[in-house]
Amino acid sequence: MNKGFQLFPEQASTLAAQVDYLYFFLIAVSLFFSVLIFFLIYVFAVRYRRKSEQEVPEQIPGLLKLEILWSVIPFLLCMVVFVWGATLYFDTYSPPKDALEYYVVGKQWMWHIQHPTGQREINELHVPTGQPIKLTMATEDVIHSFYIPAFRVKRDVVPGRYTSMWFEATKPGEYHLFCAEYCGTKHSQMRGRVVVMEPADYQNWLSGGVANEPLEVIGEKKFRQLACHTCHVDKPDARGPSLVGVFGEPVRLQNGQTVTVDETYIRESILNPNAKIAAGYRPVMPTFKGQIDEVGLLQITAYIKSLTKE
Amino acid sequence: MSTAVFKPSKSQLADQPDGASNYLNAGFSAKSWLLTVDHKRIAILYLISITLFFFLGGLFAVLIRLELLTPQGDLMQAETYNKMFTMHGIVMIFFFLIPSIPAVLGNFLIPLMIGAKDLAFPRINLLSWYIYSVGGLFTFAAIVFGGVDTGWTFYTPYSSTYSNSNVILVAVGVFITGFSSILTGLNFIVTIHKMRAPGMTWFRLPLFVWAHYATSIIQVLGTPVVTAAIMLIGLERLFGFGIFDPKLGGDPLLFQHLFWFYSHPAVYIMILPGMGVISEVITCFAKKKVFGYSFIAFSSIAIAVLGFLVWGHHMFTSGQSVYTSLVFSILTFLVAVPSAIKVFNWTATLYKGAVSYDAPMLYALGFIGLFTIGGLTGIFLGTLAVDVHVHDTYFVVAHFHYIMVGGAIMAYMAGLHFWWPKITGRLYPEGWARFSALVIFIGFHLTFFPQFIVGYLGMPRRYHVYPEEFQILNVLSTAGATILGVGYLIPLIYFTWSLKSGPKASANPWGAKGLEWEKASSPPSQYNFEKTPVVTEEAYDYEPTIWLK
Repeated sequence: MNKGFQLFPEQASTLAAQVDYLYFFLIAVSLFFSVLIFFLIYVFAVRYRRKSEQEVPEQIPGLLKLEILWSVIPFLLCMVVFVWGATLYFDTYSPPKDALEYYVVGKQWMWHIQHPTGQREINELHVPTGQPIKLTMATEDVIHSFYIPAFRVKRDVVPGRYTSMWFEATKPGEYHLFCAEYCGTKHSQMRGRVVVMEPADYQNWLSGGVANEPLEVIGEKKFRQLACHTCHVDKPDARGPSLVGVFGEPVRLQNGQTVTVDETYIRESILNPNAKIAAGYRPVMPTFKGQIDEVGLLQITAYIKSLTKE
Repeated sequence: MSTAVFKPSKSQLADQPDGASNYLNAGFSAKSWLLTVDHKRIAILYLISITLFFFLGGLFAVLIRLELLTPQGDLMQAETYNKMFTMHGIVMIFFFLIPSIPAVLGNFLIPLMIGAKDLAFPRINLLSWYIYSVGGLFTFAAIVFGGVDTGWTFYTPYSSTYSNSNVILVAVGVFITGFSSILTGLNFIVTIHKMRAPGMTWFRLPLFVWAHYATSIIQVLGTPVVTAAIMLIGLERLFGFGIFDPKLGGDPLLFQHLFWFYSHPAVYIMILPGMGVISEVITCFAKKKVFGYSFIAFSSIAIAVLGFLVWGHHMFTSGQSVYTSLVFSILTFLVAVPSAIKVFNWTATLYKGAVSYDAPMLYALGFIGLFTIGGLTGIFLGTLAVDVHVHDTYFVVAHFHYIMVGGAIMAYMAGLHFWWPKITGRLYPEGWARFSALVIFIGFHLTFFPQFIVGYLGMPRRYHVYPEEFQILNVLSTAGATILGVGYLIPLIYFTWSLKSGPKASANPWGAKGLEWEKASSPPSQYNFEKTPVVTEEAYDYEPTIWLK
């Protein structure tokens, strides 16, 4: 974190420079039009200053060609900016396949972060350079927003659903982590730091940390603790559908529709089991609302993801 | 109605002798003001009310800027600070900006400009002021009983479940005030359709009237939605209806959709009437027919219509689908075009004019400059990838203050100075007015330009404490706000002074075109015109026209 006076933020992710190029282009366009308007106003103001009270200038009601000109040029420029911004936006919110998945839970007024290897952090996020990282995020209470200015990324964390974002850090250092969506009294204290490390340093940091079990192992314990395994076993006559190899795959529902098994579907199936029942099963699963928090839900999700067919 | 014959009590001429009857001396009792159905007196009632709210909202702004002088929270508690920016937003938006130009200048001028005796529904006009006042009292009570801390945006589930402040009182205040806005809009629409004087065709209307027509459409169509959304917050908070809180089975983003469906068009409620004022002032002080009349008129309508289709650009980072964001982004760019058309046409109006620089014109030129910057930075925010970075930072705060303060309030000041002789029959001191216009312009830039920089650096909005490297830019901002505050106090003083001691104004001190200047005295008589004016020329017809090839 640069503590001195700055006029421009640091660039510390693959995305940062790309957003900045677009930003500079916008500044150039804005400068051109502002200077043009200010210059014209200044010139007209001086050149056509009223000389006497009686002076009445010749009247010009308008000119169609000019109207077309100054409608079409801004329109075309806008379309260029739109396409450029939209392309980059798709990249911003489409994580690459090989991204490491971290889990984030926001609550008034702290960030709880879990590494795929099991480390937990509060208001700190350690990440290696050169590795795409996907954050899957939930909140225990109100809307928060996970914002790392040096990476030019931000995403709201909305109660009742998962949101996600991704980045690839490029420059080791410490950067601000802010909550950007107003969330109550200590909103401005819901911030922390992102520590970007060389991959080797990151490995050192991981091994030096508290010996944690990987996320899916914690998830499996919770899975057994809540007795999920009594129904969800990998057998044809089980009361609940097998969860092995289901993640990311389509599943047919009782009403004939098909959904893809993702974080949101798993979350919904735990909290509100009867909303979307897999075809061939009866609606017998009880809700686990109140028995499990957002962190626990993410742990179980990680466990289910790890269940792949041999 | 447009052919009705008015029966004024006395004969009134445009340049009336001292002591002639006008709307101001038609009665002096409190009752003659509080139960008046004269649109001009109701405009004065609004002028007094919104001025009170403006300085109340300004006081909150001063306290916010003082707190932000240092990175630590040393002036007030976080909770108090959160209430300050919430009350600043609610007071300024719902109780100052939205009613400002329409309810004061629009109310006063629309009947005069179209040659009518009053608005179509004079009693409803009085009723809307009472509704506004009751809404204001609820909000004021909420402030007295400890304030509210949800932000003016009332985002759920914070506002509906988590906040411990007076959400209900303020919600009731905003809810009630909404009806005042709807009734004013309705009154204007009917008046503009049915009360135009003979010969006042649609394309002879002053652009001020077109702008208010567009504004009224938004008020009538948009306000009911936010009113409903705020009512739903009340139902969830009081009775636990699960509408927005997912713990009760609701959807928090639903609120954002409902809220912005009104609150984005509400931005145009605030800026469109200002654009109307600027068209009047520029033409008068350049002594020129406006360049591209129909383009300016229809761009107002285009802004009103397109403005309803862009609300999702407040939600690019909210988790809405990327395809939804795509649609809202492209529509946002479309709404930029009519705004650009207006700026170019105003600038072109100066070409070969006879330009003078009285205070209204200084404000109007200031408006064009600041609105240009405000509009262009809006393009940044409509650009998806850039918005992801600057959303909810000071960049957004700077942008909308360039539109609201640099645009709407500059236009309001331009209009207030321009029509002050008409409204009060007195001239304000020109030297002081030019000086304060300059002070406001300088103070404004110093306050809000640094916020673009600190926003791109990443400083989130609504932060009570902030990292120390942002301090210098925040100090500049606070210094600017001090100058800006002085700039607003000077007009308060000289306007008040001019009521008693200002020189008497003639019917048309600026040599302007328009029925309110050419056919009505200053101040106008109780029924506006001695007899219904007949319009035979186009708006801003300063001299025979030369057609460019």
